Amino acid sequence: MIGRKREERSYRLPSSPAKKTPPAESRGLYSGYGGRYVPETLIPALDELEAGWRAARADESFARELNELLANYGGRPTPLTLTERFCPQKRIYLKREDLLHTGAHKLNNALGQIVLARRLGKKRIVAETGAGQHGVATATVCARFGLDCVVYMGVEDMRRQRPNVERMQLLGAEVRPVEIGTRTLKEATSEAIRDWITNVETTHYLIGSCVGPHPYPEIVRELQAVIGRESREQILEREGHLPEAVVACVGGGSNSIGMFAGFLEDAEVKLYGVEAAGASSLNSGRIAVLHGARSLVLADEDGQIADAHSISAGLDYPGVGPEHAALRDSGRVTYLTCTDDEALAAFERLTKMEGIIPALESAHALARALDIDESLLLVCLSGRGDKDLDEALAHLRSQA
Amino acid sequence: MSKKLIIFLMSGRQTPDLAEAAVEGGADLIELGFPFSDPLADGPVIRRAAEVALAEGMRTKACLECLAEIRGRVQTPLVPFVYSALLEAYGYQRFVADAHTAGAGAILVPDLPLDAHSELERIQLVAPTSTDERIRLAAETTDGWLYLVTVTGTTGARRELSSALAGLAARARQLAPPGLPLYAGFGISTPEHARAAAEIADGVIVGSRAIEVAEGGSDDLRRYVSSLRAAIDASGS
Ligand SMILES: Cc1ncc(COP(=O)(O)O)c(C=O)c1O
Repeated sequence: MIGRKREERSYRLPSSPAKKTPPAESRGLYSGYGGRYVPETLIPALDELEAGWRAARADESFARELNELLANYGGRPTPLTLTERFCPQKRIYLKREDLLHTGAHKLNNALGQIVLARRLGKKRIVAETGAGQHGVATATVCARFGLDCVVYMGVEDMRRQRPNVERMQLLGAEVRPVEIGTRTLKEATSEAIRDWITNVETTHYLIGSCVGPHPYPEIVRELQAVIGRESREQILEREGHLPEAVVACVGGGSNSIGMFAGFLEDAEVKLYGVEAAGASSLNSGRIAVLHGARSLVLADEDGQIADAHSISAGLDYPGVGPEHAALRDSGRVTYLTCTDDEALAAFERLTKMEGIIPALESAHALARALDIDESLLLVCLSGRGDKDLDEALAHLRSQA
Repeated sequence: MSKKLIIFLMSGRQTPDLAEAAVEGGADLIELGFPFSDPLADGPVIRRAAEVALAEGMRTKACLECLAEIRGRVQTPLVPFVYSALLEAYGYQRFVADAHTAGAGAILVPDLPLDAHSELERIQLVAPTSTDERIRLAAETTDGWLYLVTVTGTTGARRELSSALAGLAARARQLAPPGLPLYAGFGISTPEHARAAAEIADGVIVGSRAIEVAEGGSDDLRRYVSSLRAAIDASGS
């Protein structure tokens, strides 16, 4: 105590005449979730990104360029497929993001952000990836526009998603193995952010989900909202009315928030997000800070981040986008969980019954679609399962 | 006025001994790391030290006890270096109160922008990327001194002193209230760096290299800190 008094005298400014309270930081908050919990080094870059994003949104040529790419490079609109044999007692429509170029919804975001990064004059792109789908989408758009691309990926994920590692390398990206901590998406994201901190002047961080510091959650949501917009139109055209429920898997939460964005205002449509049981931040997490945002996170009582566990690399993440945390609290979206085994069963069932091999991530949404009460359903098939064959077959064989 | 030397140590069982050695070697202030599982501002050395500390059970409460024990042994100011995730869990104001009780003065939060949690009194950090406007705001709201992050990057020893320091320090001098001490940290590891940084700033913060040296024990750390002290004292002032 004596020591404290002494230091206050010597280390406070004698009079602190100019000391004033800084203005409250209020931007980028979803009911108190979100924000910018990052080193000061990044703040100017986030401000620049936000200003660039606002300018792009106000500029018709941005929308024109992006829509052209989404249609003629990406293959949008993606179809809506009514399943026949997967669950004959229900009418389940699949939004076919698996048919988008590169095989998952991740391309919607990668294309939008690359157009933005080019407007900002950035020459180098860094990204993290879990399942490798975001890494592939990023490597793809970098190849398309001739930008340098570095993708951070945990070595555990490199093992279980090997085909995607090879695709990224073929596309000209450098895949940097992350050998620390969990060796999965959480550590890959931290490393990508550290790279960005170091190279912020030349580099755009192309984050893969609606997580991270403001304005990323908003940017990714808006870029993925095309899924919900198209789906709403398509189902109205096919059924003449809205679905009873919409279901999507939740890792960081980008395919789900993009899908939900089309239906949030339709109070009669139930919304279900499905998390991996071992990575269920919305069901068993607590308020914590991870990767620059305050959200629901698997963490202990001291705020130390816990490990997530999922067979699906894209859901194997202890955090979730801040908007989902707010949607959980408000009750607008119901968040369910799905075990590895349930996801594997749904993976096999869709493959055998419909001739569509889903990503293991998407299989989580399919599994819950089978057993929720509603029967006219729209499910986001966020990606295709080619990347998962080794992992899924090994598990299915060991079960047999 | 002689230039200040600040040594960063990670909380741990040996840390009170190490802190004592650092002060004997000539440290004016100890920055005490509270380990976090996902420290975005840190390079490999401090990250590894945090992993080891967490494995040793150095959670927030244990770190505060470590702080109190150091307080009992040395008279220099003590500054907790703590990520916002820990404050979020512990409670911002509760942490400040308990850290004060344990003997700390100001606190340092590396991942909280200077306009977030404005109720929190803390040492603000500015970086080479900071705009003049933010440097001014940081200088006006900081608690006692301003932390100049010398590099655009994470913590960790660098081969050379960052060329960005001079420009950042010059801007900070212009924008800060007169007399506000400016201490430079990140990347400083050798006595030559320390001396060069002390020519520019009012104090020098050494982290990653001190942690590496401290792995060899108190005697190694004391010798290393003395060499930094001598270099700083030799800086022209
Ligand atoms: C096919 C697929 N679906 C879903 C996800 C989960 O991410 P998000 O929740 O952001 O949609 C991933 C992530 O890699 C993915 O590859």
